[in-house]
Amino acid sequence: MLIAVAAAALGAQAARAAGTVDPQADFKAFRAYFTKRFPNVPLNDFVNGPYSMDAGLRKQWIEIDAFPPYQFALDKGKQMFETPFPNGKTYADCFPNKGIGIRQNYPYFDAKSGEVITLDVALNQCRQRNGQPPLDYTKDDMAALTAYMAYTSRGKPFDIKIPDDPRALAAYQKGEEYFYTRRGQLNFSCASCHVQSAGEHIRTEVLAPALGLVAALPIYRSEWGGMGTTSRRLTSCNSQVRAVPLKPEDEQYRDVEYYLSYMSNGLPISGPGARP
Amino acid sequence: MCRFAVIRLAAAALLAASATAAFAATADDFKTAFAKTEAANKAAAALKNQWTTTADALKAARAAAAAGKFDEAVKDAQQAEALANASIAQAKEQAAAWQQAVIH
Repeated sequence: MLIAVAAAALGAQAARAAGTVDPQADFKAFRAYFTKRFPNVPLNDFVNGPYSMDAGLRKQWIEIDAFPPYQFALDKGKQMFETPFPNGKTYADCFPNKGIGIRQNYPYFDAKSGEVITLDVALNQCRQRNGQPPLDYTKDDMAALTAYMAYTSRGKPFDIKIPDDPRALAAYQKGEEYFYTRRGQLNFSCASCHVQSAGEHIRTEVLAPALGLVAALPIYRSEWGGMGTTSRRLTSCNSQVRAVPLKPEDEQYRDVEYYLSYMSNGLPISGPGARP
Repeated sequence: MCRFAVIRLAAAALLAASATAAFAATADDFKTAFAKTEAANKAAAALKNQWTTTADALKAARAAAAAGKFDEAVKDAQQAEALANASIAQAKEQAAAWQQAVIH
């Protein structure tokens, strides 16, 4: 039995090493898995995470959203976005379409650096180009900026591209590997919660499905009593399973965001979100 | 009779003290244990697969050693080493096993 499992694993590895990684096939299988498992959830509703899984939570969310807890971050983000740097330029000068309605295109693979660039990284690159120190990837200022940019993109479908470049495919594959790899003393992978246990409870929380998981970021979490970026979400997940988190926006984190965003292609941006 | 009882008690106390002296860890014991733990933890870091509980046990070991409690320090260092080795084993096993969980 063990030999058979080992042989199967080696076979799968060899197949992938031979260049058979097929993001489109993965995408179809991923979508089919969730839509078959949750046939009553409309496709676009997956971006609402636990609220698409639990009617009671959904009612609470609708009430909460009358006075969205992320509103302060949104206002702050808009102000930050529009305030010129000392050199007179603004964030808008760093992005296509002046930074409005573009969240759905991030992360992207940058052929020049050979790396995945998330919106958060792009914002800090913009700051550095304009002589400003980078923002902390886990703190409120970054959450506010990304909240505003997500808000201007609400309803726009994720449109993540994997260019015909072996480095892009490798980044996608590394992201997939990170997502399914168990880690920490509790021996959990991202998939343990967001694939195998999606829709189930972990203590009082309802676990969001991986499909559409990244569409609501950044989020206001009642548990945190504040906003959280993608980095905060990932480092916090790692700590919860007793794994030492990576550095925020580490290459592996950017790759897993790339993978998950590609899996959510076609689903609407819903950020900033609010979660229990 | 009373004298014999005292002698027995004294002998027992002496034996107990000797036993304690024989098994009490020293600063050198801690250094040896800690070096092994640090090596294992570095290997786990190279695999980007450290556990928070390893860090906690290492911290406790350092604190106990600083307080001169070497028995406790050695025990914590050994615990940290075991955790670091388990995280290394996990990373090696998952290097191939993750593919079994992929949605197909």
